Amino acid sequence: MTSSSVTARRNHGGFGTGLFRTLGGNALELVTEVGAAGLLLWRSSLALRKFGRSVPLVVEQMRRIGVDSLPLVIITAVFTGAVTAVQAAYQLKEFVPKIYLGVAIYKSVTIELGPVLTALVVGGRVSASIAAELGTMRVTEQIDAMDAMAIDPVRYLVMPRIVAALIMLPIVTIFADVLAISGGFVVANLSLDVSVKTFVEGMKLYFFPHDVLGGLLKAFVFGGIIAVMGCTAGLRTFGGAVGVGRAATRAVVASCVLILISDYVLATLLFKVIFGEA
Amino acid sequence: MAGQALIDIRGLFKAFGDNEVLRGIDLAVRNGETMVVLGPSGCGKSVLLKHIIGLMKPDGGSIVVEGREITRLARGELSNLRMRFGMVFQGAALFDSMTVGANVGLPLVEHHRTRGSELDRLVEEKLEMVGLSGTAHLWPSELSGGMKKRVALARAIALDPDVILYDEPTTGLDPVMAEQINELIRSTQKKLNATSVVVTHDLHSACFTGDRVALMDDGRIAFEGTTDELTTTENEAVRTFIARGRRRLPGEREADSSRDRFGLL
Repeated sequence: MTSSSVTARRNHGGFGTGLFRTLGGNALELVTEVGAAGLLLWRSSLALRKFGRSVPLVVEQMRRIGVDSLPLVIITAVFTGAVTAVQAAYQLKEFVPKIYLGVAIYKSVTIELGPVLTALVVGGRVSASIAAELGTMRVTEQIDAMDAMAIDPVRYLVMPRIVAALIMLPIVTIFADVLAISGGFVVANLSLDVSVKTFVEGMKLYFFPHDVLGGLLKAFVFGGIIAVMGCTAGLRTFGGAVGVGRAATRAVVASCVLILISDYVLATLLFKVIFGEA
Repeated sequence: MAGQALIDIRGLFKAFGDNEVLRGIDLAVRNGETMVVLGPSGCGKSVLLKHIIGLMKPDGGSIVVEGREITRLARGELSNLRMRFGMVFQGAALFDSMTVGANVGLPLVEHHRTRGSELDRLVEEKLEMVGLSGTAHLWPSELSGGMKKRVALARAIALDPDVILYDEPTTGLDPVMAEQINELIRSTQKKLNATSVVVTHDLHSACFTGDRVALMDDGRIAFEGTTDELTTTENEAVRTFIARGRRRLPGEREADSSRDRFGLL
């Protein structure tokens, strides 16, 4: 065996081992992060006892998490609705009357696309922002300073962000649902020649309030995930500017992964078990 | 000036992995005095300070403040104790999303529910004490290093604390600004009659601000005594530290007899 083939085999083994080590390390890091997030969520729930003093902080966070995310949400929602209309029309054109286009768009948007896509785009923006902000505060000893002043950082920094995200994600999702359905209608009307009456009647045909409610419950949970993962990554930051960058990345990755996993769990729980829709 | 031990540290041990930073610290800080913990950079002085205010948990030993073991206090009790402490961090640790006034006023708003004109008056009073009157509207990013330290001191004394902790108060400042901070520490101690613990590697600052000095070496207190005793002791760790200090400053400053009471520089 030549030395080059030995080197090649070693490199191959090294790559495989390295890949598994990286994957294992990342998985372990995610589990650790989720455990820390659970503890932080518990401490935040205890901090709710002093909620009255935190109302201005919650309002400020509602603006930053919800209102400031609206431009991104509007663009995402309108084009998601438009693409849904085009795709639905293409998939169904040979088999299903146009009246069902409305229901296809409404169902897919309110149950799945609205809450999940909104959570993913808002989550990317907000969890990274929270992690970077708290991470910078951690590495510059601002959080230690707060602790030293007997101001609980969980009550002052974490709880308002979680409460604000829990409130704002469903509200932003309602905006996204309306805009996505509107976007879908515009495309259906202009490109596919579906009238307002046909589109709305199609929506009414299979309208169930629990579709909307289920979507909003998902958004509520996703809001909690985004805020708590951002805060957890931020508070666990170490290692200066590089550490802050790592924290922001960890927050986004953990938020997105958990949103997708919890989406499956919630879909099963809500639409199979609670609302009894198989 | 010296009275009962307000802070009594016994056998304090702390390690980060294999790195044993504190290896059995014994130190008593008396009521009303300014105790300076002196030592080279990276010897664990800041870690010791963070243990005193409960920001770090020790691996062993005890920290007793007014007869209460703080490592065993519940969160609420620790918060009550911390309200009697003020701490000036090495990098000032000002909240950069708040103005100077909001930084200084935050403890007052959070703990005393002070609002409106009363808050403005108290903030201005504290800023005046540190020589920064009229700067409440500025942002931390608009301040120099020395000004940041002074705002950090104004914030630390916002609640009129019984104990003030200073973490490397003169680090990163030019000699003139460092001198101003040293004088501010002395004047604040006199005005508030607070007990102070200053950790520094700056020998001049230690002698200027301290009533007593403890030298940290190899994770332990190698010397403890008055600033006069520091200059006369034959303690090897002290002599080595002073000699290193002299080598670091090869005649760059004349000894100022009015300020440098011990002729160390």
